[in-house]
Amino acid sequence: MKVGVVVFPGSNCDHDAWYAINRNLPAGQHSGLHPGAEFIWHDSTDLSKVDAVILPGGFSYGDYLRCGAIARFSPVIGAVKKFANAGGLVLGICNGFQILVEAGLLPGALLRNEDLKFVCRQVTLRVETTNSPFTSKLVKGGLLHMPVAHGDGRYFADEKTLDTLEAEDRIAFRYLDNPNGALRNIAGILSRERNVMGMMPHPERACDPLMGSVEGLGIFQSMLLSVPSAVPALAK
Amino acid sequence: MTITPELIEQHQLTSSEYGKIVSLLGREPTYTELGVFSVMWSEHCSYKSSRIHLKKLPTTGKYVVQGPGENAGIIGIGNDWVVAFKIESHNHPSYIEPFQGAATGVGGILRDIFTMGARPIAVMDSLRFGPPENSPNASRNQRILTGVVSGIAHYGNCFGVPTVGGECVFEECYSANPLVNVFALGVCKKDEIFYARASGIGNPVIYVGAKTGRDGIHGASMASAEFTEESKQKRPNVQVGDPFLEKLLLEACLEAMKTGAIVAIQDMGAAGLTSSSCEMGSRGEVGIELDLDRVPQRESGMTAYEMLLSESQERMLLVAEKGREHEVFGVFRKWGLDAVTIGVVTEGGKLRIRHHGEVVAEIPNRALADEAPRYDRPHNARPHRKAPLEPPAHIPASKDLNADLLRLVASPDLCSKRWIWQQYDYTVRTNTIVGPGSDAAVVRVKETGTSIAMSLDGNGRYCYLDPREGAKLAVAECCRNLATTGAIPVAATNNLNFGNPERPEIMAQLVEAIEGIAEACAFFEAPITGGNVSLYNETLGEGIYPTPVLGIIGLMKTAVPAPVSFRGEDATVMLLGGLGGNHALRFGSSEYAKVVLNQLWGLPPQLNMAHEKRVHDCVREILAAGLAESAHDLSDGGLAVALSESCTKEIGAKVAIEPGERVEFTLFGEAPSRILLSTREPARVHEIALRFDLECPIIGVTMKERLQIGDGISTMWIDLAAADLQQSFEQSLPAILQRNNERGGESRPV
Repeated sequence: MKVGVVVFPGSNCDHDAWYAINRNLPAGQHSGLHPGAEFIWHDSTDLSKVDAVILPGGFSYGDYLRCGAIARFSPVIGAVKKFANAGGLVLGICNGFQILVEAGLLPGALLRNEDLKFVCRQVTLRVETTNSPFTSKLVKGGLLHMPVAHGDGRYFADEKTLDTLEAEDRIAFRYLDNPNGALRNIAGILSRERNVMGMMPHPERACDPLMGSVEGLGIFQSMLLSVPSAVPALAK
Repeated sequence: MTITPELIEQHQLTSSEYGKIVSLLGREPTYTELGVFSVMWSEHCSYKSSRIHLKKLPTTGKYVVQGPGENAGIIGIGNDWVVAFKIESHNHPSYIEPFQGAATGVGGILRDIFTMGARPIAVMDSLRFGPPENSPNASRNQRILTGVVSGIAHYGNCFGVPTVGGECVFEECYSANPLVNVFALGVCKKDEIFYARASGIGNPVIYVGAKTGRDGIHGASMASAEFTEESKQKRPNVQVGDPFLEKLLLEACLEAMKTGAIVAIQDMGAAGLTSSSCEMGSRGEVGIELDLDRVPQRESGMTAYEMLLSESQERMLLVAEKGREHEVFGVFRKWGLDAVTIGVVTEGGKLRIRHHGEVVAEIPNRALADEAPRYDRPHNARPHRKAPLEPPAHIPASKDLNADLLRLVASPDLCSKRWIWQQYDYTVRTNTIVGPGSDAAVVRVKETGTSIAMSLDGNGRYCYLDPREGAKLAVAECCRNLATTGAIPVAATNNLNFGNPERPEIMAQLVEAIEGIAEACAFFEAPITGGNVSLYNETLGEGIYPTPVLGIIGLMKTAVPAPVSFRGEDATVMLLGGLGGNHALRFGSSEYAKVVLNQLWGLPPQLNMAHEKRVHDCVREILAAGLAESAHDLSDGGLAVALSESCTKEIGAKVAIEPGERVEFTLFGEAPSRILLSTREPARVHEIALRFDLECPIIGVTMKERLQIGDGISTMWIDLAAADLQQSFEQSLPAILQRNNERGGESRPV
């Protein structure tokens, strides 16, 4: 699996995602699948060499305006939209989730945290669905521990949208200890086609025993097993 | 413009300093030159009051690659990798404008690190504010606290560097003089270090980063009436930070360095364009010629004076190899940043500035950077202190030790600072093995298999009572914090925060503290590789407590160290170093005396450095053998507070000790050189301690849900639910801030 990690000028979790895929993931049981990550510069429009895209955390273009509001106009996001519409896997983490929402690839909005402060801490997530390429290796109802680190992570959408997300089984994760006032404790959601996922918590920061949790690995392992190029490797 | 005595005075230069300028130049300076001298010879840039004493500090050691004199100190960590680290203050700006003052403090120290080619991987902050409650200034103090914390969060989080630890202490003397000291650390390969030494006659001098504006002019000294009139506009002296721009500058600089086309580089910090150019020239013993017309400007009509003294943020000056400028420009263009050749390296060692075709300043670089006056200010007075030496005739006995302990763990100094550090991203870059809220922070270096442990410590109250001993205690505590995580101290940086050095009793504090640091850093083999001196922290004639802050880093193999918290029931609780001597004379410096008795007297705790060092060596051996389930050093609040901090909601301890002279002294005395351990193998721990000739009494056993401390026979002094202790500890700071909000604030901003 080749993962393209998009680098905006203000991305600061790009190296962490790269490290999780290239260093932490192979150390697990899927080394035969050759996961590999490479960086994609924000003004590039060529995603032809990758099987999946990660929009990492950070402050894309400074985000002094609404988070992700400028990033949605970047050349790479145009390409990401096409990539997603063609069925490609796109994972947005933290700022990446904010960008996906601004770009219209996912519904709703991410508002300022309820207490108006940046929050960095370990949270507990409940896996709400395993019916997606990002969660297939997880256990439904299982708990994951990983950090959040954001100032604007409060998921918001109108009641109808929230009901739809629930009815279509598109809520990927909920907080057990909601850190930001997100509606219905939503931490991560899926697109209707289930090939785009956005989440505020940082699975790439929970892939190494030294960081206190390896419970983020399952998400990347699920992606690894879901991309088409994994199949021949599996067959070996 | 004619240089009048009034103008000289407004530039904070004495008449003898002005005389020296005239003799160095061989003529009267121009107005622009006067401004340049005034910032470069300011206390902030020249260290004129402290330099002769700073020489006493040990600066070499087997790990030291670069000592003081560069933008940051550098330490070898093995495998051809190094770390660059330093601490710097932004005290005055943070009082005037807490948010931007603190934010630009973070920005400044980060540039000091990456200008050396090192990518910043950790930040820590040492903060001092006035009390957030029970003070006539409580409301203002809280506003400064919340502003500073948001400023640090704003800058560090966006830049993408984890803020992994620090300290925060409250005293009335910091109400009008908060201290914001920021420590940063970065990594790079040894053969990729960059220095700020210009060389190569004819090489271009290139300006990169943000445009120059009128912000921060005379930040390093002070605006004058003349100056304000001239500029027709009053501008705040505090700069405004843009962390996104700094992130771009970081990436662009590191990438440009890889081209091999860069000869030297320095950030524009205090005194901006002036200091970066004359210091690079002076270090490289060459001249620099700049054409100000080419400087990217944010505002129109700026004078040479304004451009040279502007402290606009996120700017760097670099010298490139002639003919390879385009490689540098290419990288900066990619990151969307200005990069313009504004000058050239010349022969002759002079800084020559042109503006509108005329030479507006021509000064030997050395005169500015190295020949600032140095003063041996009188310091033969007794260090300033108003507190009595003798303990009060009657120290009231505690009415309720349980209540005292709850009050202590909830006091602003000792309570959990989670409310602060939760606003900082401390896990970005996935290196943080131990984050905020522990004895020392631990950050791994992915490239080497080693980790860096780091600790910040300073105790103004101790130093007020005895600056020399207080400074030594700060060094000892940092090293103890490192040892408690298993790390070996290798190098130090210091931030010396003091009052007015022109007062002999304040200068005496500074000299005593420096000598104390020198002695302790030599003894603990933690040489000083750089730092910062912040003087004139004084309002209405009353200075702050002398507050030297030490930042010490240690090395360890990458692994998860023993935690502060107890792990389970029925572990043996031991006190390495023993109960220590806790007597009335030294109890007056304790948190108990401050919080419960509301008094200050006597001396700081007594430190025996040889004993302290044995404790460090011993605990490292115990930890390396995997014998400790938890380890926590005793410091502010003494044994009872350390025990409380090691309790979790579920796990407490039953402890039996002898009461000593007074049970309050034994429970809350702050004798150093002690570490609280829990273990399943007390015999083996004891055996190691014996080998180091150290006491390590078994003082109890962990148990479910309660903390009990008694004499083991008939008396129980402390008997509390661990969950209640936890709640007092955790809820205190948010509750204090909440209460103030509900009152709507009772005092007005200054």
